[in-house]
Amino acid sequence: MAGAPTKGKQKIGLKWSNPAVQSVVYQAALIAVVLYGGWVIVTTTQANLARLNIATGFGFMDNTAGFGIVQSLIPYTEESSYGRAFLVGLINTLMVAGIGIVLATILGFFVGVARLSSNWLVSRLAWTYVEVMRNIPLLLQLFFCYFTVLRPLPPPADSLSPLEGVYLNNRGVVVPSPVFGESSTLFVIAVLLSLVAGYAIIRWARKRQAATGEIFPAWRTAIAIVLGVPALIWLVGGAPFTLDLPVYRGFGFDGGMRLIPEFIALLLGLTLYTAAFIAEIVRAGILSVSHGQTEAAYALGLPQGRTLRLVVIPQALRVIVPPLTSQLLNLTKNSSLAVAIAYPDLVAVFAGTVLNQTGQAIEVIALTMAVYLTISLVTSFLMNLYNARVAIQER
Amino acid sequence: MENRFQALLMGLVLGAAIVYLFMPIAQAPGPAGNRPAAAESADGKARPEVRAGNTLAEVRNRGELVCGVNQGLPGFSNPDDKGHWSGIDVDYCRALASAIFDDPTKVKFRPLNAKDRFTALQSGEIDILSRNTTWTMSRDTQLGLDFAGVSYYDGQGFIVHKDSGIENAADLDGATICTQTGTTTELNVADYFRSHGYKYKVLSYEKNDEALAAYDNHRCDAYTTDASGLAAVRLKMKDPSQHRILPEIISKEPLGPAVRQGDPQWADIARWTLFALINADELGVTSKNVEEMKGSDSPRVRRLLGGEGAYGHMIGLTDDWVVRIIRHVGNYSEVFERNVGTNTKLGIERGLNALWNKGGIMYAPPIR
Repeated sequence: MAGAPTKGKQKIGLKWSNPAVQSVVYQAALIAVVLYGGWVIVTTTQANLARLNIATGFGFMDNTAGFGIVQSLIPYTEESSYGRAFLVGLINTLMVAGIGIVLATILGFFVGVARLSSNWLVSRLAWTYVEVMRNIPLLLQLFFCYFTVLRPLPPPADSLSPLEGVYLNNRGVVVPSPVFGESSTLFVIAVLLSLVAGYAIIRWARKRQAATGEIFPAWRTAIAIVLGVPALIWLVGGAPFTLDLPVYRGFGFDGGMRLIPEFIALLLGLTLYTAAFIAEIVRAGILSVSHGQTEAAYALGLPQGRTLRLVVIPQALRVIVPPLTSQLLNLTKNSSLAVAIAYPDLVAVFAGTVLNQTGQAIEVIALTMAVYLTISLVTSFLMNLYNARVAIQER
Repeated sequence: MENRFQALLMGLVLGAAIVYLFMPIAQAPGPAGNRPAAAESADGKARPEVRAGNTLAEVRNRGELVCGVNQGLPGFSNPDDKGHWSGIDVDYCRALASAIFDDPTKVKFRPLNAKDRFTALQSGEIDILSRNTTWTMSRDTQLGLDFAGVSYYDGQGFIVHKDSGIENAADLDGATICTQTGTTTELNVADYFRSHGYKYKVLSYEKNDEALAAYDNHRCDAYTTDASGLAAVRLKMKDPSQHRILPEIISKEPLGPAVRQGDPQWADIARWTLFALINADELGVTSKNVEEMKGSDSPRVRRLLGGEGAYGHMIGLTDDWVVRIIRHVGNYSEVFERNVGTNTKLGIERGLNALWNKGGIMYAPPIR
């Protein structure tokens, strides 16, 4: 910085005219003011809360929650603690965000590529989808999804049953759940081993092709192994699990697994909305690759699909990944709209019901914000790792 | 390098100097009288600092009462198409404004959802919360607020679709229940079903409208809220005759206005305004006869209406405070019958809310 030119003039360095001195003074003053401001806010808040007799601290997390939650992946009853309710909400948020991220990315890529299709109908359809979806507020789309999913479906007594044991009604989708029997351990191990083997074969084939140019049908072999080995064990050792069929009783179905309509509507809304933005990012990424690259690939005799997969997409990714990351973060944060349609996510359960029952707004909201911050930073970190891998290597 | 250190020091000194200069603004609480004016001037939004001990002076300075009410609950607080509010909770705030200003229109109603109501009171955004709020121990002790009394004895009930064949609450075993989040109803449902060993699923919506739409679409077998609310809910349905309110009441819901803790005078004003409404009902003082009743021989009526004693002054108001309330708003019976009584669409009987000497439990300590 200012080090090199002022080296010989140490004695007159501390003059106001020295820009380095000025900048340090200003920065130190700003930091002092900011720190003091933060300190004032914290102490004032504490003093006011104490004066108003409002309970503080995180002691409430161990108290009995006393309310029910409609969807929980971990054991939860009314006797569980607020801390447990927090976990239930967190897991529900992660579930809808995780599945949403995968689906939105896949759908977004398809629509983005379709938008550039030379087929007039396909590209117009993709264009319409993008323009409609990204220009309507997400909350309205969620209501739309929720009530259009709900309205036409029959009540549980007249459930639609497209398959044996699968029921569709306005309480959601119920499917048979697997109950793992004795031979299931062996089966799970076999599935995992065959997955590892399949992956190893693909890597080996890729290396060999790079070294020798010989092509080995790696994908076909891998799929055969992944499907074949477990199937063999199934045939020899008998079914590894039995099915727990849902039974209609009173107001709905007992047994089986269910997806509640709130989850389906939220997932649908988040996916469709975010995919529209991802599609535009993908389109921009592909367009950023010079047309010369495509022409060169054609000239080498690569077919259209491979040109896209091997030449265009890898170069487009370095443009796509950073904005894609922010869309994925948006999806996660937008999942907090769940409370509007009664999906029990973190905001609905913790920043809603728990907050209202304990009244400890500062603790509850701070914790909720910290959770979203953590989820977003982790997502961001993973995407940055991926970005470093796909970024162009300068040589 | 030495320069850096010196510059850093200079900066810290400068920072300290700036902080010192602005310290009086940040820390000084300021005299009671001039703060509301200063804080309101900027944008009329909530003031972050929380005061205690001078709510009455502040309300007088501002020239109006800010009252937190429900966003829309017929009979309790509901705006019409011209933005005119009506309901029991609304009339209570008008009574309070009448006692202070002799003018029931000097109230600004702030509609609040169930979730935000306590924060609004704690932060000083509203002076009083009159929003069909259940008085519970944890709310009274943990939230930094004080309940002024009970303005309506309610209880939680269920409404179901008639075609479901559900006749009473015992038929609800295994049912899905819709409700609004941020209310005591979520807990009551859990308690009720748990204590009876019934299975249930509960769906909590942020807004009542979505909860009702879901119930209407048969997403839930039953919708639950306070019994008084159920009557209003049935009216909102496309065909009210297709819905049945179950006979069981599963909880005690004493609804009443609440104030911030730390201002005993303001809490007294809130409490005795409510008691004045009930006492006037008991003594037969109505908006129609209040002027004649001023000349009554009954010492109880004379104390109520300021003819004897200086009861208004004890709480920082004028001695004709009850006259003002009754003249503008009427007594409890008038408020009840006007908003939810048998001649209204809601058609609710006095029931528990009848006076203690008329078969109910509505009872107010005497003014003496």
